[in-house]
Amino acid sequence: MSTPPVLQARDLHRHYDVGGGAFTKPTPLRALAGASFDLYPGKTLAVVGESGCGKSTMARLVTMMEPPTSGTLEIDGLDAVHGKKSRNVARQLRQTVQMVFQDPYGSLNPRQRVGAMLEEPLKINRPTLSAKEREEAGRSMMQRVGLRSEHYDRYPHMFSGGQRQRIAIARALMLNPKIVVLDEPVSALDVSIQAQVLNLLNDLQEEFQLAYLFISHDLSVVKHVADDVMVMYLGHPVEFGPSKEAFANPQHPYTRALLSATPMADPRRTRQRIKLTGEIPSPLNPPSGCTFHPRCPLANERCKREAPKTLTRDPVTVACHAVEEGRNEVVSSPRA
Amino acid sequence: MALLEIKNLTVEFSTAHGPFRAVDNIDLSVDAGELVAIVGESGSGKSVSMLALMGLLPWTAKVTADRMALDGKELTEMPQDQRRRIAGKDMAMIFQEPMTSLNPCFTVGFQINEIMKRHLSLTRQERDKRAVELMSLVGIPSPESRLRAFPHQLSGGMSQRVMIAMMIACNPRLLIADEPTTALDVTIQAQILELLASLQQDTGMALVLITHDMGVVAEVAQRVIVQYAGQQVESRNVIDLFDTPKHPYTQALLAALPERATTQHLPSIPGVVPGQLDRPDGCLFNPRCQYAIQACRHTPPGIQNGVRCHTPLNAQGHPTDPMGLRQKEGVS
Repeated sequence: MSTPPVLQARDLHRHYDVGGGAFTKPTPLRALAGASFDLYPGKTLAVVGESGCGKSTMARLVTMMEPPTSGTLEIDGLDAVHGKKSRNVARQLRQTVQMVFQDPYGSLNPRQRVGAMLEEPLKINRPTLSAKEREEAGRSMMQRVGLRSEHYDRYPHMFSGGQRQRIAIARALMLNPKIVVLDEPVSALDVSIQAQVLNLLNDLQEEFQLAYLFISHDLSVVKHVADDVMVMYLGHPVEFGPSKEAFANPQHPYTRALLSATPMADPRRTRQRIKLTGEIPSPLNPPSGCTFHPRCPLANERCKREAPKTLTRDPVTVACHAVEEGRNEVVSSPRA
Repeated sequence: MALLEIKNLTVEFSTAHGPFRAVDNIDLSVDAGELVAIVGESGSGKSVSMLALMGLLPWTAKVTADRMALDGKELTEMPQDQRRRIAGKDMAMIFQEPMTSLNPCFTVGFQINEIMKRHLSLTRQERDKRAVELMSLVGIPSPESRLRAFPHQLSGGMSQRVMIAMMIACNPRLLIADEPTTALDVTIQAQILELLASLQQDTGMALVLITHDMGVVAEVAQRVIVQYAGQQVESRNVIDLFDTPKHPYTQALLAALPERATTQHLPSIPGVVPGQLDRPDGCLFNPRCQYAIQACRHTPPGIQNGVRCHTPLNAQGHPTDPMGLRQKEGVS
């Protein structure tokens, strides 16, 4: 890719200490264990996985709400791990990354007018703007996301779910960020509204050359929006690569299982479903070796003992012993 | 005769802004051993209609129906105590949030036993034995020890399995599953759907599946009813519905799915589902319908051949003109 990445993350780890008291040691919870990725302007990286896979932890690290336990994070040429200590660098970094949350009913302050909500980031970060300039910027952003500027003085409860999500998007874009973290932005919305919001996100990305970190559990949405996709399981990225290849020819058994478990709106489709038995293990007590082995149809003794290293299987990278040993070819891909 | 027969079910809530019709003249008939899916967006009245059938709505709801019968027994005229003997026994319902529909204060074993105590004449030993059977039937490992677990000790998928075990304890003739997998992860969703489908086949009960996910519908249902703003707009066999939707709403809903998209820009439906105070005249879908003509704006359409539309779509996805309305208005 010719354009330089706007964000570079290398081997990000995040551990939490859970529990513990006067006489007991806290248990470390490895929420994210070694993620490396780049974000490019105008491109979307999607992170998919089930609950407890570390998707949201990744969002917290990228938005700098929490520092990584180890690893490096470089945003827009600035070191986001250590640079944060400098006030000016921190200020600049925070403006570069913005976030849209899952639930538009919870993420908007019910006591604040939409206009005030949109102006607030400007008030803090662009102190030179006059009140009139701020209002102009707010109103034009509102129109940009498909809301009427007459609604500027309304409260959030007067809007529907889709409109609220538009407000949340508008608020995130007020400071012209380069990176927007979208945490399940459409999963709380109905299908017909979901399409509207996805279209809006697509248009805004083209217009402002935004880099999206798109977190979702819905593979059909991810397939539609993503340029690159990272599949996570219990904090480990198991497969990472261009979304076209990852969906057309999934390598890792978990990616295959996830794809085959996703319901498709085609009643004629007959397919062999890769049945995953059992539940997602608790991240507090992850299985030995490869964390996926208790549920994996291809697991053998080695998987129980040894954690797999990330291999490059151009164009994707996979962490799986079965792929390395060529055992994954026995099960054909769920979708041609 | 159909197992479940509903004719002209209407549910109205009295609100501060006057009566609100959440369910509008719904007909439903389900045969024994059939799997029917009701699909629709939020506010389409799919849950409320089934809650009305179960008799679970609060007093603010006014339920009227020409006929609402399970196995030939009319439910609307039945005294309350008799109706409560049917709910939970002959017809049972699974809810969306497994974590909140179980009582956190009692073990799951107690809660499974409770429903059997109420409806079946079994001794305590028999009930305990049956509870273990049920738990292993729904695929819970080491059922004896899990019976002593409290709901908070179980994961979402496990809680939903417990709910299912509880609801099939009395061998219901009809099981209603209200978004049973919405709160669950994809791989767990696949397990639960498979479980429901296999239980339905083994026991021969009828299953009504309420969902908003077209993928789930395509996967499991035989017959589909599409609802919009409290009305049924299309009722068809699943393959026909996905191949050649007849109602413009169904067509638009299917086209808006990202997996069916052919271009980066999704064909979305403009506007939102009408709420209580902005119900349009005529067809409720007309402000968002790309084929709407003048007649749609003032005359509400009736149901013909399972479709509530003046100009149902043909196999090519174009509107037809069975009543000559488009011709009269000069729309080609």
